[in-house]
Amino acid sequence: MINIEGLSKRYGSTTVVDAVSMSIASGSITVIVGTSGSGKSTLLRMINRLVEPTTGRVLIDGADTSLTPAHLLRRRIGYVIQGHGLFPHRTVAENIATVPRLLGWERSRVAARVEELLRVFQLESASFGRKFPHQLSGGEQQRVGVARALAAEPALLLMDEPFGALDPVIRGKAQDDLLDIQRRFGTTIVLVTHDMDEAFRLGDCVAVMKQGRVLQHDRPGVLLTRPADPFVTRLSGTADRALKLLSLTTAGELAEPGPTEKRTVAAAASLREVLSDLIWSGADAATVLNPDGSSAGRLTVARLLAHGRQG
Amino acid sequence: MTVRRLPALDPLGALLGAVGVAALAFLPFVVFKSNRIVPGEARALLDFLPAGPVFGFYLMLALAAGAALFVANARLRLACALLGVIALAIAVAAAGNALTPPGNKVVRVAPGAGFWVLLIALGLMTTDAITRLRPGPALRVLLLLIFAVAAGLAFASGAFDHLSIMREYAVNSDRFAREARQHMLLAFGSLGAAVVVALPVGILCHRVPRLRAGVIGTLNLIQTIPSIALFGILMAPLGALAAAFPWAAEHGIRGIGTAPAVVALFLYSLLPVVANTVVGLGRVSPAAVDAARGMGLTTWQILAHIEFPLALPVILTGIRIVLVQNIGLVTVAALIGGGGFGAFVFQGIGQTAMDLVLLGAIPIVMLAFSSAVLLDALVDLMNRAAQ
Repeated sequence: MINIEGLSKRYGSTTVVDAVSMSIASGSITVIVGTSGSGKSTLLRMINRLVEPTTGRVLIDGADTSLTPAHLLRRRIGYVIQGHGLFPHRTVAENIATVPRLLGWERSRVAARVEELLRVFQLESASFGRKFPHQLSGGEQQRVGVARALAAEPALLLMDEPFGALDPVIRGKAQDDLLDIQRRFGTTIVLVTHDMDEAFRLGDCVAVMKQGRVLQHDRPGVLLTRPADPFVTRLSGTADRALKLLSLTTAGELAEPGPTEKRTVAAAASLREVLSDLIWSGADAATVLNPDGSSAGRLTVARLLAHGRQG
Repeated sequence: MTVRRLPALDPLGALLGAVGVAALAFLPFVVFKSNRIVPGEARALLDFLPAGPVFGFYLMLALAAGAALFVANARLRLACALLGVIALAIAVAAAGNALTPPGNKVVRVAPGAGFWVLLIALGLMTTDAITRLRPGPALRVLLLLIFAVAAGLAFASGAFDHLSIMREYAVNSDRFAREARQHMLLAFGSLGAAVVVALPVGILCHRVPRLRAGVIGTLNLIQTIPSIALFGILMAPLGALAAAFPWAAEHGIRGIGTAPAVVALFLYSLLPVVANTVVGLGRVSPAAVDAARGMGLTTWQILAHIEFPLALPVILTGIRIVLVQNIGLVTVAALIGGGGFGAFVFQGIGQTAMDLVLLGAIPIVMLAFSSAVLLDALVDLMNRAAQ
């Protein structure tokens, strides 16, 4: 649990972050979204004290972060930045081993952890650990950057526009991978982005920032259906908000009992994907299948449309 | 009618070939002097050596010239250039032996302008061929070592002992070792002191941008003072220091001698190292530094593990500039009693004994050249590691 209490940052007469208070649940992904200059990066960097707050405090599991020496605090918190920030003169393995070595882990434990992370991030060709960052593709560099941040098993991971430098195709894959990793390690993630689609795709909760203030901090569906400020509506866009809303729920969550249909969809598919599939195939309903092949119920076009109408 | 195309001429080869032919035709290959100081008379090889070996020598030179003009293969060019150098060495050694009457220690046989021009032309052809081969840093150092050992063995064999420069060496061999040590001490000592001071100053200038313009500007100003003038400027305060504190004088801190030389060279060395440290640190990716800070490296750890290693190639380039510059500048230090190879140079100028001048000048050139090769190789190695 992270509690941010009345956090402000002022440079001279300029207020970059203005009395922000919010709570972040352990094991969740919170996305801070806003335009450039909204103070979202500064807010993130105050959590690991790369920026010292002017007023206010941050509590991690009840402990005030200002009471720990900053560099020791940061070793417990993963940190990923745009453009990865890998050390160009160190190999992939050495990059990943940075924080474990700082923490004085035994050599064998470091090696085992590096190997585990390379496997988890699908970077496990025999020689990969010995490569230098400039020998990797953009997507690989980004994955190594995340692996490095997770090396010392931090409970909290801060990510500052981590996918900003990637092209759209690789970005989508990187976002899916991040969701997998988060489920696997149960890491609490706070991620900063200016991309609302990314926020909706990744965030359990989304905080919208403007001029140093958090306008709304809630689940993505609430941001769509009950925006607290016209800026929130504008940022999330109105043209496809019904489809966005559908994309936030999975077929499994909305399935209802009923007769078996010829058309089948996976329980993990989003309602948006199910609707698209039904429009495409011309069917009125589909049976939702669990991963083990058993039926989770059915979904009708009417039910999908009703769900998207809730706003 | 068909026109046979000539192979393409190599422009550098054409120039070197023309210079070589002109040197052979118009400049004396060796100069004979009845004693050390009198002006010499030019001697042609055919006047005192049997025709067969002399034509063999010309053939070797022609081979090198042909390779310089028409051969594109760098290995072949290198081989021909080296053959030319060896032929040149044998010819000049033979001339020394042939022209010196047995037991006579008064006559001087000096390599003439023709010899030196040919040596320079063949030397350029050799380095050019090596450059075209693009050898890695380790191979370049190895080649330097091979050349040094080969030259050392050639001199140790006594083949050149009748040549005028070696005569000067024979007379001055004790002093030669002492001046060599002194030359190295001045060049490397002032460099070492400068690095110790300049690195922290450079780091400080990187961290505090407000200092940068002032510090770099001041050091720039020092660089513009001519070396002789700087020695002169330093004489007064150091002399006063020696007069005021006898223990300082006892430790060699005086208005003339080693102290002002070291201080002046130290001052000249500061700018390149400080400037390159600032540039090198400035080039380090801000993202890498930000990531390092975000992962909990302390300021010192970031400097030691991230910034410094990444800036090292650029810093080493600065050190290379300083070392080569210092090896040359130390020569002038001899004027104020600082010693070094410059002592031979200025003594030789005073006595109009060109052989003595060369005894000082040639080791300086070789020392500067070797230092440049060694440090270039080191910079290359660092660049490969840092990528």
